[in-house]
Amino acid sequence: MSNIPSELKYASSHEWVRDEGDGTFTVGITEHAQELLGDMVFVDLPDVEDEVDAGEDCAVAESVKAASDIYAPIGGEVVAINEDLEDAPENVNSDPYGDGWLFRIKASDASELDNLLDAEGYQNSIDED
Amino acid sequence: MTSKTVLHAKHLESGAKMVDFHGWEMPINYGSQIEEHHAVRQDAGMFDVSHMTIVDIKGDEAKPFLRKLVANDVEKLQVAGKALYTGMLNAEGGVIDDLIIYFFTETEYRLVVNSATREKDLAHIATVAADFKVEVTERPEIAMIAVQGPNAKEKTAQVLDADQQAAVEGMKPFFGVQAGDLFIATTGYTGEDGYEIAVHNDGAVELWQKLLDAGVAPAGLGARDTLRLEAGMNLYGQDMDETVSPLAANMAWTISWEPEDRDFIGRDVVAKQRAEKSTDKLVGLVLEAKGVLRAGSKVVVEGGEGVITSGTFSPTLGHSVALARVPRSTGDSAQVEMRKKLVDVKVVKPCFVRNGKSVI
Repeated sequence: MSNIPSELKYASSHEWVRDEGDGTFTVGITEHAQELLGDMVFVDLPDVEDEVDAGEDCAVAESVKAASDIYAPIGGEVVAINEDLEDAPENVNSDPYGDGWLFRIKASDASELDNLLDAEGYQNSIDED
Repeated sequence: MTSKTVLHAKHLESGAKMVDFHGWEMPINYGSQIEEHHAVRQDAGMFDVSHMTIVDIKGDEAKPFLRKLVANDVEKLQVAGKALYTGMLNAEGGVIDDLIIYFFTETEYRLVVNSATREKDLAHIATVAADFKVEVTERPEIAMIAVQGPNAKEKTAQVLDADQQAAVEGMKPFFGVQAGDLFIATTGYTGEDGYEIAVHNDGAVELWQKLLDAGVAPAGLGARDTLRLEAGMNLYGQDMDETVSPLAANMAWTISWEPEDRDFIGRDVVAKQRAEKSTDKLVGLVLEAKGVLRAGSKVVVEGGEGVITSGTFSPTLGHSVALARVPRSTGDSAQVEMRKKLVDVKVVKPCFVRNGKSVI
């Protein structure tokens, strides 16, 4: 059973979102997603200041198994990216909700958060897979 | 219905993630295939290869039978225990399978063939054997463990008795010896030093546990694939199959053309291809930029195109490498279609890593 922290929001495409309380939101991929992908070898992140729309593919997680698009769960401006992943993509595997975070978005419309799943909803969506 | 090797429970004990591999439930990894890969390159790792098919050939005509059956010539095998890598071809010159043949005496040989091709291999062997005085015996009661890495021999020595240690002492590469209950061979599929050990199913779990206790890390099929690919070794079904000439699969070195009157199966077709230089070739590709080359991707070269047959991220080199079948005229550069973009790659000989070091 994989870990799905209850304080986060989720997209059915396996991204998680954490509200940092200052209008910005940190995004990563779930433990379940990293298990499916296997060892991460490259992570291609967006550039800081990029404008992204909710549902837009804006990053790529490339594992030993496959290259997977990562979608922006909400729209806004990218205000930070996890540059450590350049040299340590394995952080996505070892600590998907911590050191393995991908990027941070300044939300253009915080109501988009309402379209995301809570932990229970995400758990159900995995169970259906 | 999937089959399980005798070591199945040991894999689960070590936290393996199991997958269906051509009808066998096998470990893909025990947590991290990259860590397992490094264990083999830097220390010692072991693979359960019990799913592979062992076939013993005995009889007065064992030698003429094998000289017909495979493209390499078992006549080269003169010292007991010596092994030979070769392809078994069909009449159209395609590769039915690749295999290792161990020589014991002129009337006694052992074949190790792939598990995914077991049924067609056995059928083909039986058809050819019908014309020879030989007995063909599959040995499903034998398990196999491959122990590979710079420290593999030293760690294996800790689990061998004195007689077995003496039997393998100083054994050259590509030899095998029956030592007590074990058949120990200096072969492998990683480009590292080490052994492949055949053991009766009844003793396999104990041997696996002893190797674990000696500090040999279990490694799964994921690491096995990245290791063999770095070493430039073909995987049957991916880098060649029945529609592919050995000349287009970097297997020309496994064909013995002398003596000219040895009529191995497929000889006519492959000899003609060789004279006419009509086949494609298998090369190595190196991508130093970000991204991973994947099997099936299109390779664009001057005046034509080819295809990646196997591609991966190379944990040893830190970038991606691949095997690709391309036109014979291909030079030292090419482009690969990756995620709809053409990316430049270097074309090299199909071997990337040997004994832990880059050979590009």
